[in-house]
Amino acid sequence: MAQKIYPDAAAALDGLLRDDMVIAAGGFGLCGIPETLIEALVASGVKGLTVVSNNAGVDDFGLGKLLRTHQIRKMISSYVGENKEFERQFLSGELEIEFSPQGTLAERMRAGGAGIPGFYTRTGYGTQIAEGKEIKMFDGENYVLERGIVADLSIVKAWKGDPYGNLVFRKSARNFNPMVATCGRVTVAEVEELVGPGELEPDQIHTPGVFVQRLMLATRNEKRIEQRTIRQEAI
Amino acid sequence: MSWTRDEMAARAARELEDGFYVNLGIGIPTLVGNHIPPGVDVTLQSENGILGLGPFPTDAEVDADIINAGKQTITELDRTSYVSSADSFGMIRGGHIQLSVLGAMEVAENGDLANWMVPGKMIKGPGGAMDLVAGVRRIIVLMDHVDKNGVAKFRKNCTLPLTGTNVVDMIITNLAIFQRPTRQSPFRLVDVAPGMTAQDIRDRTEAYFEEAL
Repeated sequence: MAQKIYPDAAAALDGLLRDDMVIAAGGFGLCGIPETLIEALVASGVKGLTVVSNNAGVDDFGLGKLLRTHQIRKMISSYVGENKEFERQFLSGELEIEFSPQGTLAERMRAGGAGIPGFYTRTGYGTQIAEGKEIKMFDGENYVLERGIVADLSIVKAWKGDPYGNLVFRKSARNFNPMVATCGRVTVAEVEELVGPGELEPDQIHTPGVFVQRLMLATRNEKRIEQRTIRQEAI
Repeated sequence: MSWTRDEMAARAARELEDGFYVNLGIGIPTLVGNHIPPGVDVTLQSENGILGLGPFPTDAEVDADIINAGKQTITELDRTSYVSSADSFGMIRGGHIQLSVLGAMEVAENGDLANWMVPGKMIKGPGGAMDLVAGVRRIIVLMDHVDKNGVAKFRKNCTLPLTGTNVVDMIITNLAIFQRPTRQSPFRLVDVAPGMTAQDIRDRTEAYFEEAL
């Protein structure tokens, strides 16, 4: 069996990084982001990155760390409103942004991973998002052609992973991670828990090992919360 | 007199039907969840991948892996299922969600909606708004009737970049309610806030609308 488990994030990324590459990263907001691998990307110094991720982290956490060090040249995202440093770099022209509606972004990665170069969606028809894109009418309705995304490298965060690269995500931390895992030429997963062969229920696996080439135990599981909203008493 | 945010949310909640799957936008639309009529069972969807949103957690229940689309901590219910973002937007784009309630900066008389960017201000991105208006079967907008400069937000044409074209079915403002039976019909004024008349609404609205009070 090919050895997929690596001792740490730096080892798991070894030989995969080059400047100006495209990296897809899982997560929604700060939920389900590959914290350990992002930290290793910062340490690696790789730069000129195009990063495909729904959000851009916050100033000092998540992808915000890679923005601070100016390692990202372009983001492909649906929403970047939580990051002041992003705003500063964008307004000064240091950073490029390609907005993709959230569902379109998810489908672009799903398509890319499934060998589909493009697809038509109603989303964005008649808006700035559709500018320059092919429009086609089906059954009297207009649809926008959107391209699939294939990344040079995908990084994801899972709850549990086994030596075959099978992954299980936890609750809403699943979000973009399954599609991100499929759209990378190489996919590296960090997992909160490494389990032995046969310990994951085959019927419950979210991402099968064919999509995951390397995995390692996550050493950063801070899971910072953006909006801690609580109710006072039990209902 | 104008309606409060809670009164607007309660009015939107009257549009919920038993068995509906519903997506509530961030802000005032979230309040709709507090006014679900008795006997009406709805399942709330959050586009980051939760079907069956529960209430906010108690301090002890907080789980960083359970957040809604507004990145707020929430809880699960006995009906809850988690899905990927692709499956979540498959529900939305595929027309499986019956109703969405959203905020707006502008709505045009033809149902165009603008709610994602103001030129010259920092662009945050559309998030899931464009997908929701393109895919959900019925869209209700909750917004103030006029902006902070007194300019009508229900207009002949949107001046801001669009989120979607001909996507709005009902508008609930703090002063009036407009509705249309199909997306080929003009909006009709169906209710006004206490003390307001149809003429008061005309004076504060740029869009064409019919009266059906």
